[in-house]
Amino acid sequence: MLIRIDIEKCTGCGNCLNLCPFGAIIIKEDKAFITEACTLCGACVESCPESAIIDERAREGEKEENFRGVWIFAEQSQGRIASVAYELLGIGRKLAHELQTELSAVLFGESPEVEELIKWGADKVYYTDASQYGYLDDELYAKTLVNLINQHKPEILLAGATAIGRSFIPRVAARLRVGLTADCTGLEIDKETGNLLQIRPAFGGNIMATIVSPTSRPQIATVRPRVMKRGEYAPNKKGEIIKIEPLESKGRVKILERIHDSSFCKVNLQDAKVIVSGGRGLGSPENFTLLWELANLLGGTVGASRAAVDEGWIPYAHQVGQTGKTVCPKLYIACGISGAVQHLVGMQSSDIIVAINKDPNAPIFNVATYGIVGDLKEIIPLMIKKLKEGVSE
Amino acid sequence: MRIIVCVKQVPDVTEVRIDPKTNTLIREGVPSIMNPYDLHAVEAALQIKEATSGKVTVITMGPPQAEEVLREAISMGVDDAVLLTDRRFAGADTWATAYTLSLAAKKIGFDLIICGKQAIDGDTAQVGPEMAEFLDIPHVSYVRRIDKIEPSEMIIERLMDDCYEKIWLSLPALITVVKELNNPRPPSIRGKMAAKKAVIPRWNADDIEAEEDKIGLKGSPTMVKNIFAPPPRGERRILEGTPEEQVNTLLKELRRLGCL
Ligand SMILES: Cc1cc2nc3c(=O)[nH]c(=O)nc-3n(C[C@H](O)[C@H](O)[C@H](O)COP(=O)(O)OP(=O)(O)OC[C@H]3O[C@@H](n4cnc5c(N)ncnc54)[C@H](O)[C@@H]3O)c2cc1C
Ligand SMILES: Nc1ncnc2c1ncn2[C@@H]1O[C@H](COP(=O)(O)O)[C@@H](O)[C@H]1O
Repeated sequence: MLIRIDIEKCTGCGNCLNLCPFGAIIIKEDKAFITEACTLCGACVESCPESAIIDERAREGEKEENFRGVWIFAEQSQGRIASVAYELLGIGRKLAHELQTELSAVLFGESPEVEELIKWGADKVYYTDASQYGYLDDELYAKTLVNLINQHKPEILLAGATAIGRSFIPRVAARLRVGLTADCTGLEIDKETGNLLQIRPAFGGNIMATIVSPTSRPQIATVRPRVMKRGEYAPNKKGEIIKIEPLESKGRVKILERIHDSSFCKVNLQDAKVIVSGGRGLGSPENFTLLWELANLLGGTVGASRAAVDEGWIPYAHQVGQTGKTVCPKLYIACGISGAVQHLVGMQSSDIIVAINKDPNAPIFNVATYGIVGDLKEIIPLMIKKLKEGVSE
Repeated sequence: MRIIVCVKQVPDVTEVRIDPKTNTLIREGVPSIMNPYDLHAVEAALQIKEATSGKVTVITMGPPQAEEVLREAISMGVDDAVLLTDRRFAGADTWATAYTLSLAAKKIGFDLIICGKQAIDGDTAQVGPEMAEFLDIPHVSYVRRIDKIEPSEMIIERLMDDCYEKIWLSLPALITVVKELNNPRPPSIRGKMAAKKAVIPRWNADDIEAEEDKIGLKGSPTMVKNIFAPPPRGERRILEGTPEEQVNTLLKELRRLGCL
């Protein structure tokens, strides 16, 4: 047991019982007792007024002090830097400011936009334009980044929680033997310890957790796109671009072809600012054209519930939810969607949720910022009409 | 072809809630299931086996009751299973989990390892790629299609955020799979019988010669500091009036919030 109760000190007050997220503490003979259900999360330790709960891990104070600087990994696709990279610079700048250190970006693959990283906040950019870095090569990307980290020792590394970041960053963490926190939606510096507090949803968004990597450096996190705000754009800012010595690919993976299936590629749900989603309540595939029209007017794209996908009204790539995509646009409009929990887990972190449903008791209204009880076949054409009028005014 | 599938027992997350008063997990009545993505991993392995012959082994690291998901996989048709269970494995984060699973994989031997895209409890999607690094093999995440598989190579499609990529991959390797790849088969009667009878070996830390400071909580660089309920959504409002009025109010609000 790495967390134990000091029986001498324990008064059996029971404070810790309620705090244990896992119900793993019981009172036996007037003393607290930790059961098998304990997951060693440590939530109880500070709750004890008598300091009778002892965390034997005692890991503080071991960490290496000579790691300095905040790094972000800037991913590119076909030379275009992903917008998440600029968001990472936004939050990275804040963290660097608090830690009074530098902000650097790492860019693999040729991109005409490399200077943009500086204008959006990077002091330095580590960059290679060698052709083998054009596409994601997990082993090559990981090895190169590991080398850079060993050389320069940053204390924090952030990457996008994207297909690219979530695929190769784990290899970096495994190699360096450091902690990695996936898909963070909040990042702060702990004032007392200087550790990075990494806040993320778990259990499909039903729970939030704060994760720390107290002893290992760098602290690495992937960060959910579209959650962090960009910083200031400074068109005249100067910074340093440092060439990375390119490595050879191991050649165990080769990209043969990029396929831009138009039905699929238009559906970049994760990056969309506005999603208009349809469910079984649409009643027919034709009504999806209404949603497309509305989405186009709002500069967004179209999503769907599983029921609509299962009906064959729209391809799977549009599905939002537990077995589809997790999205967090600024505006999510759910049309004819009941709001089953499997759907909610995929969209409930959207900024603003609008629900249009004719059943006033539909659970979707529990998460909706604005609810319209009504027939979507009436409401949506009205919205389209008003929006068009607005444009022509 | 020797295939290892990593499966995880998870709580059915749609049932998991936090009690906002005590900030504790409400655990009553939350059923345990096989991680849904891992069903697709099992199905992929079975299809490859049917096409090329070979053997499929499922492994899981977890408490003794995690054996249930191994039996479920056997009922679908996998050949055998190994349960990695030991008090010393408890509290493992993705680093320690991947380390432990990779030692077991090494001991079993493999041409291909298949993982689910992510586990729905933690949603990290990290264990697969981390295992690949420990084993020094290539990996491809988010596989949505397998076009060709031969003893020493495969051709597959990877789902990216803005497109998909056709990829050649040399074996041995690890892939993580998404739901689009296939439809998991239901258990067969024969499979269910086999699952009932199967004797599943249990390996502890010594059986895989794990280093004590790399497993379980001790081996985990990350720690959960606390958990809390997601912040309640702000104001909720049902719009009143005729459809026309409702739409007008909505558009006005959206304009005010900078959405239009
Ligand atoms: C393991 C598992 C995984 C799942 N994964 C997902 C997932 O990823 N994504 C997902 O979405 N679902 C998922 N589901 C399915 C989910 O449980 C629901 O069945 C599904 O979300 C329902 O879709 P729906 O809301 O479109 O349909 P319904 O529940 O049938 O709701 C239709 C709604 O439309 C309303 N309506 C009807 N006509 C009109 C009209 N003219 N105007 C306005 N409103 C109207 C009705 O009042 C009703 O509320 C999953 C289920 C399981 C078991
Ligand atoms: N304890 C475990 N035992 C076996 N496989 C696991 C375990 N944890 C994770 N995995 C595998 O790794 C995948 C990704 O899990 P995760 O990184 O936790 O999201 C899962 O779909 C499983 O295939």
